[in-house]
Amino acid sequence: MVTNNHSRSTTFVLLFLLIGVAFISMRYGAVNISLDEIFSSFRKYFTNSDSMSLNERIFMEIRFPRALLCIIVGACLAVGGTLMQALFRNPIVEPGLVGTSSGAAFGAALYFVLGASFKFNAGVWTLPLAACFGAILSTSLVFVLAVSKESGRSSIVKLLLTGIAINAFFMSGVGFLSYIARDPQARSITFWGMGTLSGANWHAVIIVGLINIVCILLALVYSKQLNTLLLGEEEASYIGIDVKQLKLIILSINVVMISSATAFVGIISFVGLIVPHLLRMLHGSDNRILIKHSVLLGAIILSLADTTARLLLSPAELPIGIVTSLIGVPVFISLLRSKNYYF
Amino acid sequence: MITIENIGYHIGHNTLLKEVYLQFHPGKLNLIIGPNGAGKSTLIKILCNQILPDTGSVLFEQRDIKSISVKEMAKMRAVLSQNIELVFPMKVNEVVMMGRYPHFNASPQKRDFDICEETMSYFGVSDLASRNYMTLSGGEKQRTHFARVAAQIWESNENECRYLFLDEPLTFLDIYYQFDFLNKLKVLLSASDLIVVGVVHDLHLAAKFADNISLLYNGQVLADGSVESVLTKENIKTAYRLDAEVQSALNGIRLQF
Repeated sequence: MVTNNHSRSTTFVLLFLLIGVAFISMRYGAVNISLDEIFSSFRKYFTNSDSMSLNERIFMEIRFPRALLCIIVGACLAVGGTLMQALFRNPIVEPGLVGTSSGAAFGAALYFVLGASFKFNAGVWTLPLAACFGAILSTSLVFVLAVSKESGRSSIVKLLLTGIAINAFFMSGVGFLSYIARDPQARSITFWGMGTLSGANWHAVIIVGLINIVCILLALVYSKQLNTLLLGEEEASYIGIDVKQLKLIILSINVVMISSATAFVGIISFVGLIVPHLLRMLHGSDNRILIKHSVLLGAIILSLADTTARLLLSPAELPIGIVTSLIGVPVFISLLRSKNYYF
Repeated sequence: MITIENIGYHIGHNTLLKEVYLQFHPGKLNLIIGPNGAGKSTLIKILCNQILPDTGSVLFEQRDIKSISVKEMAKMRAVLSQNIELVFPMKVNEVVMMGRYPHFNASPQKRDFDICEETMSYFGVSDLASRNYMTLSGGEKQRTHFARVAAQIWESNENECRYLFLDEPLTFLDIYYQFDFLNKLKVLLSASDLIVVGVVHDLHLAAKFADNISLLYNGQVLADGSVESVLTKENIKTAYRLDAEVQSALNGIRLQF
């Protein structure tokens, strides 16, 4: 089919762009790293890692894992957004909407403020674990509360509204914690709430990477079924879809993806919202194509945003959430106003 | 054949359906009519396995529909509802292809593309194939769904009949396309394994096209049978509280209010 060839060439263009952007983000920053240094650091990493120069070390231990984490998290946010918008049949849905990201923020804030008083300490893992715990808590709360008493089922609208309520609840918790926090703690909460990739390391890359590769593959498996929800839940069931099961699977994939990413990099808004919209303008709403492209475009946009966040006030660093919102808002508004997109 | 045996359905103290017995035969256009609140929608939802009745059962041939999985059901039964809206842009041929989803795993085969093309040309939407569904008129949208639903059950199954349920599908069509659709449906009904059951509001359409009419009133079957035997002055008076003139015409009957 014609559309297939079209979408394939888009895939190549996006892939090409991603490689370019990732490359730029690895080379430039507070310190610029030359091509030679990149190659030699790879060589030395496998042969003689003690003899690496400072720049080679910066590349191997900071820039490279950071660029990879950017790609993974960007992909995860965009795919999450695509899944949630298709599931809720709603164009304004973000992946964090079912309570996930506010719960994660609450968990993180709890750690920043009260972390010292708890005996629990898992080293570098404490913050991600706390955030994950918060995310799972808030998301389960949304699901439990959204199930109606009579039918034992949860309608999409009810999930959405409960999600909004629970989000507000946990954000007020975050607000309270930053109110009682001392100054440096409050700063940590704020910084984390706007997202940052400055904590990127190989542990994070491996953990978030493995989780998200599995989740994205699963999302692709269910992408065809997800298409039928475009017609509505009733119609989907007439085409042979077990809607209840599908909803549960898609929501679970999203929660795992988003809480794992949020746990390491904080809350990054707008990527999950705009990427699916941009892509729908290219090839329509077939989720089989949309999810593949979301992986690439999400990675591109987050890499760009991170590079900007690092370069704008170099050597200081902006929270990446500020950059994504700054770019995201005008893009989103112009999308809404564009004539060839129908709501 | 579809057999409805002693179907009853309540919500709280309201009885929506009570002791409904009906049979629908292949090759005929079976239409369900009745005033608002008579239980037409409830009955079609029960037929589609969307809600479970409190009493009784629905049998496709000898099989209780409760024992048929959602997946298997989708291969032999299609449902056409009214006024389906999409929230995101999708091409007409992609919407029609969804009718083939129960029949292929990962990606559509040549057979699926062929069938979609056939049904699109049958219902006159071939020219719209690459148009964005969201830009279509109400009538064009509904014709797209005719093609989708037809694609779902276009091929005969080996052992099973094919079932098509229509839930007031003509509401947003002008009179030309109402006639056009029902005529095309009647052509399809020459296949001996296709069973069509539809809910319609328009008595004139029912009188003109139905082979069998079931008149529901207050959750019960008031009359069931041929057009002439169901659409009588007395039945219309009871169900619709209107005095009607029923005249026999060349091909069936004519109603005047």
